[in-house]
Amino acid sequence: MSSLLELHGVEKSFGAVQVLRGVDLSVQAGRVTALVGDNGAGKSTLVKGMAGIHLFDAGDYLFEGEPVKVTNPKDAAALGIEVVYQDLALCDNLDVVHNMFLGREMKRLRLVDEDSMEQRARETLDGLSVRTLKSVRTPVASLSGGQRQTVAIARAVLWNSKLVILDEPTAALGVAQTEQVLRLVRRLADRGLGVLLISHNLNDVFEVADDIAVLYLGGMVGQIEAASTTRERVVQAITTGVVPEGGAA
Amino acid sequence: MSIDTDDPTIAAAPDPEPDNSLAGIFRAYMAKLRGGEVGSLPAVLGLIALVVVFSALRPEQFTNSFNFANLIGQSAGVTVLAMGLVFVLLLGEIDLSAGFAGGTCAGVLGVCLTRQEWPLVPALLAALLTGALIGLLIGLLVARLGIPSFVVTLAAFLGLQGVLLTMIGEGGTIPIRNDFINGLNNSNLPVWLGWVLGVVCIVGYAGSTYVTDARRRAKNLTVQPILLWALKTGLLTVVVLAVVGYLSVERSRNPALTSLKGVPVSLVVIVGLLIMLTFMLTRTGWGRHVYAVGGNAEAARRAGINVFRVRLSCFILCSTMAAVAGIMIASRTNSVNPNTGGETTLLYAVGAAVIGGTSLFGGKGRVIDAVIGGTVVAVIDNGMGLLDQPQGTVWMVTGLVLLVAASVDALSRRRASATGHV
Repeated sequence: MSSLLELHGVEKSFGAVQVLRGVDLSVQAGRVTALVGDNGAGKSTLVKGMAGIHLFDAGDYLFEGEPVKVTNPKDAAALGIEVVYQDLALCDNLDVVHNMFLGREMKRLRLVDEDSMEQRARETLDGLSVRTLKSVRTPVASLSGGQRQTVAIARAVLWNSKLVILDEPTAALGVAQTEQVLRLVRRLADRGLGVLLISHNLNDVFEVADDIAVLYLGGMVGQIEAASTTRERVVQAITTGVVPEGGAA
Repeated sequence: MSIDTDDPTIAAAPDPEPDNSLAGIFRAYMAKLRGGEVGSLPAVLGLIALVVVFSALRPEQFTNSFNFANLIGQSAGVTVLAMGLVFVLLLGEIDLSAGFAGGTCAGVLGVCLTRQEWPLVPALLAALLTGALIGLLIGLLVARLGIPSFVVTLAAFLGLQGVLLTMIGEGGTIPIRNDFINGLNNSNLPVWLGWVLGVVCIVGYAGSTYVTDARRRAKNLTVQPILLWALKTGLLTVVVLAVVGYLSVERSRNPALTSLKGVPVSLVVIVGLLIMLTFMLTRTGWGRHVYAVGGNAEAARRAGINVFRVRLSCFILCSTMAAVAGIMIASRTNSVNPNTGGETTLLYAVGAAVIGGTSLFGGKGRVIDAVIGGTVVAVIDNGMGLLDQPQGTVWMVTGLVLLVAASVDALSRRRASATGHV
C-alpha cells in the first residue's frame, strides 16, 4: 500500500525547545488517520509543518511517493493538501458560496462569476450529501457550529484536494452535530481522499479512524490500526509513550 | 475531488420552495429586519420623516424645486467624500483626514489652474494624483507599520490642514475661473439630456437585472422572485421620474433673465460614481476581498488574499474620492480657501456613511449607504436653515441623528449576533 503522505524523521525546534524529534507518519488515501496525543505532544507543530506554515528542520517529506518541498501554505495547496483549522477561518459577513471560494473566486471576463461559483458550491455540498444547509446564500454568521464546520470542510474538498487535515473538527460541537461532521469525515475517506484527523476525543477517533498515530513528547509512539487495538491501549500510549504489548506498532 | 453520485444516500439538497407572493416577499423582508439586517431602512424612514416635517413647517421654501436642486449641490461634496469613506469603514478602519485631503487636492487644483495657469486636464490629474498619494502614505503607515488608522489619519488631518493653509496663505483665497470645474457643481444638463439619462438608468437597471435573474432561474440557482424584481424596478422608475421631472421645472425666480432648469451636473457625477464604485465592490474579486478583510482579516490572509494590498487600495481609493469631493466643493464656491474640506465636512461625511447603514465595525456597508446618508445630512442642514434655526441647533440635531444611527447599528448587530445574522 503506497502512502499518500509520508514523513520520515521529521524534527523541529523553536529555539532551545525541541518540539518534534524524528517523527514518522504516513497517511493513506481513502483512510482516516487520527493523530492523537496529549497537550504539548507536538500535534499542532506537525500539522503546521505539513501545511507549510512552519518549516521542518530536518526529515523527509514525501507526497505521493515523491519528495516535496513545502515552504508556504500555497505549496501545500498546490499539492492538494488542505487544512481545516480549529477556528475554521470563515468570514461571518459573507455567504456560504463566497466563503467556499474565499481568495479563489471563479472569474469570467475578469469579473466574479457568481453563477458558476454557486453551482459548484452546491454540487460539492450535494456530493458530500450535505443536507443541513438551507441555502448556499445564507451568511455564515447565521449557521450553527456543525454547519460552519461543514462549510469549512466543503471548502477544503472543493479544489480537487487529495489530503484534508482537520484540526479538532468536533471540539466545539454538540452530540448530533459531532455525529454529522464525523459522517462527513468518513465520506471524504470513502471518496478516496486521505484524511488526517487531529482529535482529543477518543470516542470520535474510534468511531471514524482507520489508523491511529500517537505522538508523545514530540516523538511518534507508533501508528496502530484502529481495529486491532483498544481504547485502553491508546490511552496508555498517549500518557506513557509506550505501546503496550498486543498493539502492533 | 470528483462528485459521483453512486452513494444511495446522496440527494440534491432540496431548497425550500420560496414563497413568491407579495405576502411571502413581505414576510421574508420582515424576517430579515427582525434578524437585525436593517440596511438603509432607518435612514430612508428618517429621510421621509424629515422631508414631511420640513415640508409641513416651510411648505413654500423647502419643497420648491430651486431648493431641491440647491440641496443636491450642497450635499455633493459630503456625499462623494462619504462614498470613499465607505471603503475604509468596510475594513473597520477610519479616515479622519479625508476632508482636508479633499481640501488639499482642491488647493493643488487651484494652484495649478489659477496661479500656474496649467490647462485643465493636467491640473485635474495633479489634484487626483495628490489624493492617491495621500492615500498611499496613509495606507502604508496603517497596513505596513500597523499604526492604528485613527492616529495616522488624525495626524494627516492636522498636517494636511497645515499644508492647505501654507499653500493658499492665511486669509487667502484662490479663485477658480475654469468653466468645466465650476460647472461640475453649479450648472445643469439640458432638460432633454436629463430625461434621456434618467430613462437610460431605469432601462439599464431593469434590463440587466432581468437578464441576470432569467439566466440564474434557467440554471436553477437562487434568484429573487420576479414580483420583487418588478417592485424594485417600479420603485426606481417612480423615484427617477419624479426627481428628473421635478428638476426639469423652471426654478429661476426671474426666468426672463436667467433660466434655471434641468438635472444638476453634480447629480450625474454622484450617480456615475455610485454605479462605478458599486460595480467594483460587488462584481470584482477585489470587492469581495474588501468584504472578506473587513469580516475576518485572519481568515482572508489564510485564504491567500493579500490583505496588505487590499487595505492599501482602500485607503488610496478613499483619498482619491476625497480629491473628487474637494473639487466638487471648490466648484460650488468657485474658489479654494484654507477651510475647503474643513469644518464639518469630514464629520458630516462619516456621519452620512454611518447614518446610511455602513457599520463602523467593518464588513458591512454599501456605496449607496453614503448617498442615502448624505441626503439625510443635507436635508437636516438645509431644512433647519430654512427654519431660521441657529447653527448651534443644526449641529445638535445632526449630532442626535448620528447618535440614533450609530445606536441602530449597534443594536442591530446585537440583534444579529443573537439571531445569527450579520
